[in-house]
Amino acid sequence: MLQMPLWKQILIWALCALGLLTAAPNLFYNRVEQHNDAVAASTKAGFETDAQKADIAGWPSFLPSGIVNLGLDLRGGAHLLAEVQVGDVYKSRMDAMWPELRRALADARGEIGGIRRMPSDPTILKVQIEKPEGMARAVEIARGLASPVVTLTGVGQSSLDVSVEGDALVVQLSAAEKTATDDRTMQQSLEIIRRRVDAAGTREPTIQREGADRILIQVPGIGSASELKALIGKTAQLTFHPVLGRGADGNEIARPGEVILPSLDDKGVYYRLDATPVVSGQDLVDARPDFDQNGSPAVAFRFDTTGARKFGEYTANNVGQLFAIVLDNEVISAPQIRSAIPGGSGQITGNFTVESSTNLAVLLRAGALPAKMTFLEERTIGPELGQDSIDAGRIAAVVGMIAVVALMIASYGLFGVFATAALMINMAMIFGILSSIGATLTLPGIAGIVLTIGMAVDANVLVFERIREELRTARGPARAIELGYEKAMSAIIDANITTFITAAILFFLGSGPVKGFAVTLVVGLVTSVFTAIYVTRLLVVLWFARKRPKTITV
Amino acid sequence: MAFRLKLVPEQTNIDFFRWQWLTFWGSVALVVASIIASAVIGLNFGIDFRGGTTIRTESTQVVDVGSYRQALQPLGLGDVSITQVFDPTFRADQHVAMVRIQAQEGAESITPETITRVEDALKTVDPAITFPSVESVGPKVSGELITTAIWSVLAATIAIVVYIWLRFEWQFAVGAVVALVHDIALTIGIFSVFQIKFDLTIIAALLTILGYSINDTVVVFDRLRENLIKYKTMPLRDVCNLSVNETLSRTVMTSGTTLIALISLLVLGGDVIRGFVFAMTWGVIVGTYSSVYVAKNVVLMLGVKRDWGKKDDAAAGTQFAASGK
Repeated sequence: MLQMPLWKQILIWALCALGLLTAAPNLFYNRVEQHNDAVAASTKAGFETDAQKADIAGWPSFLPSGIVNLGLDLRGGAHLLAEVQVGDVYKSRMDAMWPELRRALADARGEIGGIRRMPSDPTILKVQIEKPEGMARAVEIARGLASPVVTLTGVGQSSLDVSVEGDALVVQLSAAEKTATDDRTMQQSLEIIRRRVDAAGTREPTIQREGADRILIQVPGIGSASELKALIGKTAQLTFHPVLGRGADGNEIARPGEVILPSLDDKGVYYRLDATPVVSGQDLVDARPDFDQNGSPAVAFRFDTTGARKFGEYTANNVGQLFAIVLDNEVISAPQIRSAIPGGSGQITGNFTVESSTNLAVLLRAGALPAKMTFLEERTIGPELGQDSIDAGRIAAVVGMIAVVALMIASYGLFGVFATAALMINMAMIFGILSSIGATLTLPGIAGIVLTIGMAVDANVLVFERIREELRTARGPARAIELGYEKAMSAIIDANITTFITAAILFFLGSGPVKGFAVTLVVGLVTSVFTAIYVTRLLVVLWFARKRPKTITV
Repeated sequence: MAFRLKLVPEQTNIDFFRWQWLTFWGSVALVVASIIASAVIGLNFGIDFRGGTTIRTESTQVVDVGSYRQALQPLGLGDVSITQVFDPTFRADQHVAMVRIQAQEGAESITPETITRVEDALKTVDPAITFPSVESVGPKVSGELITTAIWSVLAATIAIVVYIWLRFEWQFAVGAVVALVHDIALTIGIFSVFQIKFDLTIIAALLTILGYSINDTVVVFDRLRENLIKYKTMPLRDVCNLSVNETLSRTVMTSGTTLIALISLLVLGGDVIRGFVFAMTWGVIVGTYSSVYVAKNVVLMLGVKRDWGKKDDAAAGTQFAASGK
């Protein structure tokens, strides 16, 4: 009657054992974490230092080493939500296109007359055409510069939208090209942020795209969000421009093809520069912190072959002239070209500290961000606060657990003990699963676990209450237990599915800590149903087979 | 022989409809009061929903809110609120305050310079001060978070109702949704009355309350369905009563264990998640009440179609039995 096939029993025990085994590393959190870090570091480096050896030995390699990731709110660290100004790229695309368009239109000067770029929204090119009858020809020329865009939705759409506004030709990126460009911009931004954060050497940063134009960056262990911002917020657009003049008036209006930029170190000093850079950061292959001949910090750089050639030619032709090194629209320095620099390597000197030169080198190596970013959300959580939360959560969980266990045993006696055993296994399985799937535990997640302690016994309570009822009417205890499980099942299933629905919605719509809560809730639901239906039942079956009681009290 | 703690006597026969008018109008009054409170007093939205910056300060010295305020006054940051935080888990020399600054004009999230200025100003008042957390949310994101929050609560409610409708009858679904609205309204109401900070985690708590409350309701419904098959001729009112009485012991037991766990978290879990845990604790109480007094009363009012085709009475039984197993 009250039986369970052997294979089922073995399977249940095996799952419980697996749960305990995968949960075990969390009991030795620090040791396992050091072990994992050391393994990762030594694999990367290809050799082991003595300290790493000791760390690796701290946890046997044959045991599972997955541990629950602690969320930012528990570990401390910085969280940033950045919005990439994808529109910036349209502007630079248009600026880059202008010389090409100008040349193409100038070639047809006979038909369309003189041309002039008109002031407009920087993401479009507006060109005044002298002869209205040449407009058709101008449009044709502009269209000729377009290339087909290959996208998933529309193959063969043109990359440019060319239209006419009065006597002006208007050229802008087509919608398809904008989408493609946005995507590329996001990919590049992600990659560059990743490189910069990796260079800072922090553990397990999260860098992921959110929606169309956002990037979520979470770095555990970093001091503050401001620090992180300083690292990733800089565009780090490095350019070298010919200097046309130097002055003190920042409000002077730049002539076409020129820009007026402030000096980084000398307040109130402005440079008039040729707007087209000779070389830019894209041509760099390496940058590292260095010292100049006076022993002050500097940044040494090396160009790739094209960059080296351009730079060499320019310096050879302009000996004695000034050229400006510009970073994010500020002139770092404007040295004089003393001789041609053929090798493609050079040095940026300026008002650097060792730290700022190291930072600049990191930024230059990682490359420039294709577009600026604005920060929509930033959070810094100190490690002490996280530790306090963990401690408080742990105490609360233990106290809650003891109280629940006491109530269960007082109410259901031996069956309460079974339920307690199931609850312990349940806890272990939650941690085991969270560790195995690499889930992140957040503060609301801890609350989710404590809530699970309370609710996990629900399925048991449903069954036990049902057994009690059946005992009054049914024939014999074995039948009552069987009926209890059978009849309580539909309530257990319905009740848990509804909770599951809400947890799933939380997971898909929530973010950060809320998502962590949803994960623990779902995992807790699954394990608590499993332990209540199978583990407790198995314990009851084993006990019953041994004792064969004539009567039972639940 | 064995001692058994019985929170609820073995056999109860409470008439849960006896005070029907009182519980019904009491619930209605509370829901209305909650709606009025949240409309008139409003909710104390956290930066998640309003934008702005919160800075948590911690010091070994006693917090003097007045001097903090004076120190921040000259910075011209607009609306600044400073509240001291008390918690039983704090050490004796641990004094914590929360400084909240409104969203700054023209900037999405706060600039590092502003944070430094605020921190420096506070350091002049209290050199021992530290800043364990700084959080800043721009108005753009906070707007979206509100929308997402409303959507998630709506979506969860609808999904649950559809599920109940499929598994039971439409009257049960209506009963469940009324109970859910009741629970959410009362929770929002109490947050409004006590001006507890309402942020993203509270939305998570609201959804959990939905899940818990429906869990309770479903257990009662499940028994009701079973009893409707068993006692075909008993008046619906009595069947409802019987079902609640039969499940009462379980309801009290589960609410009891959940509340124990939550209360230990409420007292010992620290101030960071207190609002969240409070919402859940309150929700469990309200949810338990609503599944006993609200959900099934609605079912009773709507009446369940029990004479499944008078021609073939047996068909009614199989219909229920089929969905019951």
